[in-house]
Amino acid sequence: MKDPSVPDPTLPTALEIAASVRAGERSARQVLDDVLGAIDATESEIHAFNLVDTEGARAAADEIDRRVAAGEDPGPLAGVPVAIKDNLCTRGTATTCSSRILDGWIPPYDATVVRLLAQSGAVSVGKTNLDEFAMGSSTENSAFGATRNPRDTSKVPGGSSGGSAAAVAAGFAPLALGSDTGGSIRQPASLCGVVGVKPTYGLVSRYGLIAFASSLDQVGPLATNVADAAALLEVIAGHDPADATSIPQSAPSLLGELDRGVDGLRVGLVTELMGEGISADVATRVREAADALAAAGAEVEEVSVPAVTYALSAYYLIAPAEASSNLARFDGVRYGLRIDAETTNEMMVATRTAGFGDEVKRRIMLGTYALSAGYYDAFYGKAQKVRTLICRDFAAAYERFDVLLSPTSPSTAFALGEIADPLTMYLNDICTIPTNLAGHPAMSVPFGSGADSMPVGVQVMAPALGEATMFRVGAALETAARTAL
Amino acid sequence: MSERITSDDVAHVARLARLELTADQVETFTLQLGDVLEHARDVEGLDLADVEPTTHPYPLVNVLRPDDATETLSSAEALAAAPSAEDGRFRVPTILGEAP
Repeated sequence: MKDPSVPDPTLPTALEIAASVRAGERSARQVLDDVLGAIDATESEIHAFNLVDTEGARAAADEIDRRVAAGEDPGPLAGVPVAIKDNLCTRGTATTCSSRILDGWIPPYDATVVRLLAQSGAVSVGKTNLDEFAMGSSTENSAFGATRNPRDTSKVPGGSSGGSAAAVAAGFAPLALGSDTGGSIRQPASLCGVVGVKPTYGLVSRYGLIAFASSLDQVGPLATNVADAAALLEVIAGHDPADATSIPQSAPSLLGELDRGVDGLRVGLVTELMGEGISADVATRVREAADALAAAGAEVEEVSVPAVTYALSAYYLIAPAEASSNLARFDGVRYGLRIDAETTNEMMVATRTAGFGDEVKRRIMLGTYALSAGYYDAFYGKAQKVRTLICRDFAAAYERFDVLLSPTSPSTAFALGEIADPLTMYLNDICTIPTNLAGHPAMSVPFGSGADSMPVGVQVMAPALGEATMFRVGAALETAARTAL
Repeated sequence: MSERITSDDVAHVARLARLELTADQVETFTLQLGDVLEHARDVEGLDLADVEPTTHPYPLVNVLRPDDATETLSSAEALAAAPSAEDGRFRVPTILGEAP
């Protein structure tokens, strides 16, 4: 087993692929055939994909090569294979959310991020597995079977974007898209030893992302390295009139920030996310990461952000409440599964009962309960107030610090089937959830490994629209991790 | 907050959510949902009386667009994925007991 925190050096990065394809030195078709070969070799063990679109990808790659030959520039991601989480709509290609209720559904339109990828010259290789409707932290909740961690196939890849993280870690695609509602990009990135970024809420369009919890969901990149993640975020960020929650400003420039270093930056290590519930080996790596930033010139101190300890409680009322409303649309009328019955009501009950898995049912039930008459103020209303406290405590911390640091996940990857109890599974998200509630950006950067030799991810958090500074710190951590190991 | 969630609550919520649960599922979900709601009790000690709720990470205002006609999905495209359609409309079984 190779070092889990360093990408396979024999594989080209996304930026190397794009540069050589644009220069005509390497064909997009050859790049694609290489990743299809890797998929052929080990996908049967990993199950990163719900669907590999060999034919569509070959046609797209050939078109890139034709344009290069004609003297055109196909774009900043020319010929780069990308894996797409299967909760993003792809026109003409099945989109399932890893749920039986959408099995066989063919979207009539592309998500904005999927359209932007195609316009940038990227080549979509297929749709990646996820916990059903992005509800989970292990990708075991898929109706189509679990994904396995490429670093150790007895372990989970994390979730819910476990298929995307596994695809990148396994060399099936140098880039992938995920979605992050409570850590669903960052936690699998951490467990698989890749980079994962949750952008500021509203920075990336969600048009065509099948909704889970609308005040929290955000689309973002996974990559083998920080620069590739920055390149992908530059492509997918920016205002979209089709998404009313999209921030009306243009995409940030990130690649130019990566070499600026961290000299003089103020870095806060979050006390509440370094103690109870965090594995000792993970905490040690995060302290080493903080030391590495200090050695590179950053001012590093511990900082208390007290309200983050209540984030899990607030999240597991707010997210299910929004999910119970969003998933009401799956009723057997307009798309997806229908189980026939005498009356429409019976048809809806039969369809939803057959179509949703247990975790989705649990969250719909939890949300329906939290919103129901007599309980709204006690649960949902209180959770929204706690959300305000979390925003306030973060605001106070960001008066003194440019970025905050913590583990991404409280532990390294656990074994398939190891966690059966829902609440225990939810505790995997304690470090990632606070930034979703605040709407802030955060990224996970691989930093060494735990006692079990599985990857550890360090989380860098920043205030809203603080991506440029966040990526500077991410790049410095990446350099430190590669130098130290 | 209130008492621990009961199996009657779970059965009631399942009906509201248009889900049919087996007796075993009602029992399991009652325990599991109860555990999550018990965990959420940790916020009970917080003084939230003067705290405004946050519904959304950013102050939202109405987002409007010019009232221009643009290309959109055709009726045929919108109906293409429907389990049943007829005369340009989604077809469903009987509602409220009228003749099918």
